[in-house]
Amino acid sequence: MNLDQLVLQFQQKDIKAYEKLYNMYCNSVSGIVNNIVKNDDVAQEITQDVFIKAWNNSESYSSKKGRFFTWILNIARNAAIDYTRSKKFKQSKQNLNSDFFVDILETSQSLDNSTDAIGIKEFVTKLGDKCKKVIELLYFKGFTQKEASEELDMPLGTVKTRNRNCIGELRTMLGV
Amino acid sequence: MDIKKYITSGILELYVAGSLSEKENEEVHAAIQQNPELLTEVLSIENAIVKLTAAASKTDSTYLFTTIKKKVDGDVTKVVSISKPKNNWIQYTGWAASILIGSALVWSISQNNKLKDQVATEKQQLEEQIDKASNNLAEAEKLITIFRDKDIVSVPLSGQAVSPESYAKVYWDKKTNNIYLDAKGLPAPPKGKVYQVWSLKLTPLTPTSLGTIDTFMADNNKIFTIENANNSEAFGITLEDEGGAESPTLEQLYTLGAVPAAP
Repeated sequence: MNLDQLVLQFQQKDIKAYEKLYNMYCNSVSGIVNNIVKNDDVAQEITQDVFIKAWNNSESYSSKKGRFFTWILNIARNAAIDYTRSKKFKQSKQNLNSDFFVDILETSQSLDNSTDAIGIKEFVTKLGDKCKKVIELLYFKGFTQKEASEELDMPLGTVKTRNRNCIGELRTMLGV
Repeated sequence: MDIKKYITSGILELYVAGSLSEKENEEVHAAIQQNPELLTEVLSIENAIVKLTAAASKTDSTYLFTTIKKKVDGDVTKVVSISKPKNNWIQYTGWAASILIGSALVWSISQNNKLKDQVATEKQQLEEQIDKASNNLAEAEKLITIFRDKDIVSVPLSGQAVSPESYAKVYWDKKTNNIYLDAKGLPAPPKGKVYQVWSLKLTPLTPTSLGTIDTFMADNNKIFTIENANNSEAFGITLEDEGGAESPTLEQLYTLGAVPAAP
């Protein structure tokens, strides 16, 4: 099934297409959210909200503006950041002890047993600090290229090529 | 376009991350439409990121779709059949209430004005009545003084052939040369006709007109003050055409009475 068509059917409120897209991206969404809120239960709740929001606002997505996956990750980041500004989150803040997605991968005990997940876990531990940071900022935190370059104190072009190299290594390992 | 160079620039990785500007996104999208090679690359990058981000989730969320489906289904029916009419209902009620309050306000203002007008009119009417009553009283007192005056000659006029039921009375004040005619006993004159009062000399019979009573219907007490400088021996009243006549129409003589001889 062509991804563009699937998205189109989803926009026409086709629940089957919705389910397919959900199955493709739900764990990514909850991974992004979990990395921000640092609480798996909360992450599950927010993930539900993200997909409901996507369904209700499906007409606002346009392929011209970017990938559907990118669009839904954006909703996920915003929802997670909104939560971190809530009272509920501030009360539970003292329990936080990990800052990076890497830490989450390293400390997670109940990660599902797919080879991908295990592979990624092994891979990220071997990544250089700079690679970890670039991936963290661009994919998990949703920084723009410019924001990432300021945060990492690195020229714009370097952010671009370093990220390309890091993702390249990941792809090689995953065989995609 | 150099596809290889475009790919190795790293722009597609940023495209999937959502780190590009809106304009750049549209440019990349257009480039992908033209080069299938770019789409393959993007799908591969996306696949890697999907897996990377999914690895940060501690539990598998796929089982949750049934919950979401229920919520979405519920939302759909809610939005279509409950929420919207409810909103409209509240809106309509609001409008209806404000219109009702508005018209009630206008109504009560107009009622208030009406009442004020009514009060003003009633007040005026009352004042007129009081005024009239005091005038009437003054007139009555004046009449009483006239009738009691010993110098006033009273002349009863009795009904004649054309109207035997009629009667009238003349009070003649010789000092002021006025007569006061009490014409209460005369019927209302037909339309277009008036009563005319005559002073008469009997030998020979010479009538002198004292004028017509034009305000007969309008006058309430039917007492009319008429100037009379004649040396009258009798008084008569005839019914004449409007405007009066040169000489009395004797067929229409209503009342007649002779002045009693001075003692």
